[in-house]
Amino acid sequence: MTKDLIVPVAEGLYCPPGNFHIDPWRPAALAVITHGHSDHARWGSGAYLCHEDCAPILRRRLGDVRIETLRYGESRDIGEVRLSLHPAGHVIGSAQVRIERRGEVWVASGDYKLEADGVSAPFEPVPCDVFITESTFGLPIYRWRAQAEVMADINSWWAENARAGRASVMQAYGLGKAQRLLKHLDANIGPIVCHGAIEPLNQIHRDLGIALPPTFNVGALDKAGLSRCFALAPPHAVQSGWIRRFGDHSDAFASGWMRLRGNRRRRGVDQGFALSDHADWPALLQAIAATGAERILVTHGSGEALSRYLREKGYDARPMATEYGDEEGEAEPNVDVDTDGA
Amino acid sequence: MKTFATLFRRIDAATSTQHKRQALIDYLRLAVGDPEQYASAAWTVYFLAGGKPRQMISTKLLRQLALEATDLPEWLLDECYHSVGDLAETLALLLPPPTRMEDAPLDLWMNERLLPLRERDDAARQAALREWLDAMPSDDRLPFFKLVTGELRIGVSKLQMTQAIAQATELDAKLVAQRMMGYTQANRAPQAQDFIALVAPAEAGEDGRPLRGQPYPFFLAHPLQAPLSAFPELLGAVDDWLVEWKFDGIRAQFIHRAGEWWLWSRGEELVSDSFPELAALVDFLPDDIVLDGELIVVAPRSDARSAVDDLSDLRPFSELQQRLGRKVLTPKMLRDRPVALIAYDLLEKDGHDLREKPQRERRALLEEAVSRTHACAMQVGADLPLRLSPALTQPDWESFARQREEARARGAEGMMLKAMNAPYGVGRQKSGANLWWKWKLDPMSVDAVLIYAARGHGRRSGVYSDYTFGVWSGPPEQTDRTLLPFAKAYSGLSDEEMRKVDATIRRTTIENFGPVRSVRPTMVFELGFEGIGASNRHKSGIAVRFPRMLRWRQDKPVEDADTIEALHALLPGGGA
Repeated sequence: MTKDLIVPVAEGLYCPPGNFHIDPWRPAALAVITHGHSDHARWGSGAYLCHEDCAPILRRRLGDVRIETLRYGESRDIGEVRLSLHPAGHVIGSAQVRIERRGEVWVASGDYKLEADGVSAPFEPVPCDVFITESTFGLPIYRWRAQAEVMADINSWWAENARAGRASVMQAYGLGKAQRLLKHLDANIGPIVCHGAIEPLNQIHRDLGIALPPTFNVGALDKAGLSRCFALAPPHAVQSGWIRRFGDHSDAFASGWMRLRGNRRRRGVDQGFALSDHADWPALLQAIAATGAERILVTHGSGEALSRYLREKGYDARPMATEYGDEEGEAEPNVDVDTDGA
Repeated sequence: MKTFATLFRRIDAATSTQHKRQALIDYLRLAVGDPEQYASAAWTVYFLAGGKPRQMISTKLLRQLALEATDLPEWLLDECYHSVGDLAETLALLLPPPTRMEDAPLDLWMNERLLPLRERDDAARQAALREWLDAMPSDDRLPFFKLVTGELRIGVSKLQMTQAIAQATELDAKLVAQRMMGYTQANRAPQAQDFIALVAPAEAGEDGRPLRGQPYPFFLAHPLQAPLSAFPELLGAVDDWLVEWKFDGIRAQFIHRAGEWWLWSRGEELVSDSFPELAALVDFLPDDIVLDGELIVVAPRSDARSAVDDLSDLRPFSELQQRLGRKVLTPKMLRDRPVALIAYDLLEKDGHDLREKPQRERRALLEEAVSRTHACAMQVGADLPLRLSPALTQPDWESFARQREEARARGAEGMMLKAMNAPYGVGRQKSGANLWWKWKLDPMSVDAVLIYAARGHGRRSGVYSDYTFGVWSGPPEQTDRTLLPFAKAYSGLSDEEMRKVDATIRRTTIENFGPVRSVRPTMVFELGFEGIGASNRHKSGIAVRFPRMLRWRQDKPVEDADTIEALHALLPGGGA
């Protein structure tokens, strides 16, 4: 039996023949980063390797660190393995990590979704022998409606509020979800305000050639503008003084967790829109099948359930413990984590 | 179903009581103006006011249906259910999208589809459901399954429904409350004319007088939490108050009109059949009379007692509970656990509504009526299941406070304070001088350790919010002592505290048993409860009533939590 190309160790997922880590949660010598969310791109490693569109996000998040970049499909030999990055469709610059040694291929998915979001490069299935998949929404209760439908709902919620003269305040993760919303908002309805924690990430997207509608600082709008604006803020900002600038407003939260009523009610917002940057249950199964892999390792989310289901379908599948998402990999939404873009 | 589902979603999405009420009012205004909607509105009001029809489809059948429709293994359905925390929602999320669309009003759903299902066999039920669900828009499924599984739980109370009807129809809220009495009984199938009767303009002379067996809305009490020192300012002189024991039974209204009798519980369920011994009252009580009081189990005896306010033989609530759960009342049960009605108010006499009369006057009439009834029974040597709640007298509030300490020994939970000059109100009145106060003893409490946790439901679905607590089997010097589970509690924590406890539970899990986790003992809570009794159903040998978390004792190490001895000392007749 050949040795595994990727194993979980104390620092994170480790590739012994290449001597590097993937998304390590503790400092490592070389960290290959799948995407810029903070539970995957952590501080302290000696050097970072990521997709070129991910690099500006890493710099903003981690400061002046050593970063090397690859384009999708471009490969690099590291130790005994050949490594390449492939689109994961999660957020801009997100990548699946393909590792090949003597004809054996492993792919670590990072976070991914199948539906094209208009911002990130769409997911591409990568044939492999062993597929390491996420499972944030790895239960059959999670099935997303098409992006166009959800965005139509969001735009009509905004339009209705604008007609009634109140602002629409949307809570969303700052990297990925925010820009995806911006991309598909109907800017004819009114002006769009972005919280100070989101605007720099918008700028990174614009610099990378993603066309986004104009966005304003809250202070730049007069009362009339505020009364029909769409405002985007990370979840933690809604308790701050920032929110008070809008006066009477309707609020909402955009996240896959909003599919469940209990989460919507705990959030205490007027509207919960189930819009996620992760694969839903059918998409997980489809992505897994498309790789042709027989061995599946399931990381954060519903690792136990998804791997048991896969075993019953004939796969060699088992959960793989990681520290992505929430503690013990159960990324549940009752804690405000502005990390995994759920 | 679409109209109901739309209303359901609007109420469910409302983040304030104000929005919720507005949704109800908007719906009712439309319904009142559209005779075609009366029949479905009758059901809508029934469900939103808390009505629960007897089971139409079993949970088992629904699960089978879901397994068949989704082709999922059963364990995965369970996994989904634990994650969602609500079967209705789980089913709504899992079923594949419909293949065609159809909409039928709620009354048709209830009267022609769901209620008749009770008469069919499982195969027929399943076939019918399969066909209906295949034509049901995905958005309507959650409210549909909520109805079918028996609980809406969207936070509308009967009182809110009453107020919304009053506001939408511009009727007096008291009148609507009267018309709503008994509306949500389990075995009722409300029809268009019931809705019409609810919202019709007040007729001349209609003063909210109940018809035949219909009860009056119960007047409910507020907890009195002020310190004793504030009593004189808050309440005034003791002479202005009727002070009674607060009994630990079931609040009930006994109605005797035109030779018939009815017994209603506070939940507005007709419970006459559960307490057949009260039929004996009819032979001695005058006609056209309505009593408000408390049902409680008393010691069995055959001869008449001398004093009608003798309450030396009251039994604990747990004995009443044993009678409640029964489908069939055996003669032995009736013999061993007879109930009596302890009367404390007179709402109607000779067919006249007395509720506007001051308490003082009603009390005098009550005493007269009960004494006379008792005297009649004495003559024939009958022991009537009727008592009079004694009026307690003391010179000042301090003396009442001292007397209140005897409450538990007398099978009471504390005292009731009722203003002598006040009329009998409707429901739980918000403010004013005419309130009823319940002045309960402080709950008994122990410091207990959290040992198991389960995920909650509804607003707490997915969060570990339901806990089992244990106390030590022995003192600290006993090295092999263990934690004995004795109570479950899920209320008393703030959302913030619950989030922290939830996180700690996830960190300290020892083992998963389905939805339940055992945890390493690290958290101590002060657990309050209203009553305590011996029980052979619990490992600890103890059962407590209304347990809830009073405080999270983050200052207290697990070793310092209480022992089983502390609980034993609280038992009636126990060491304390």
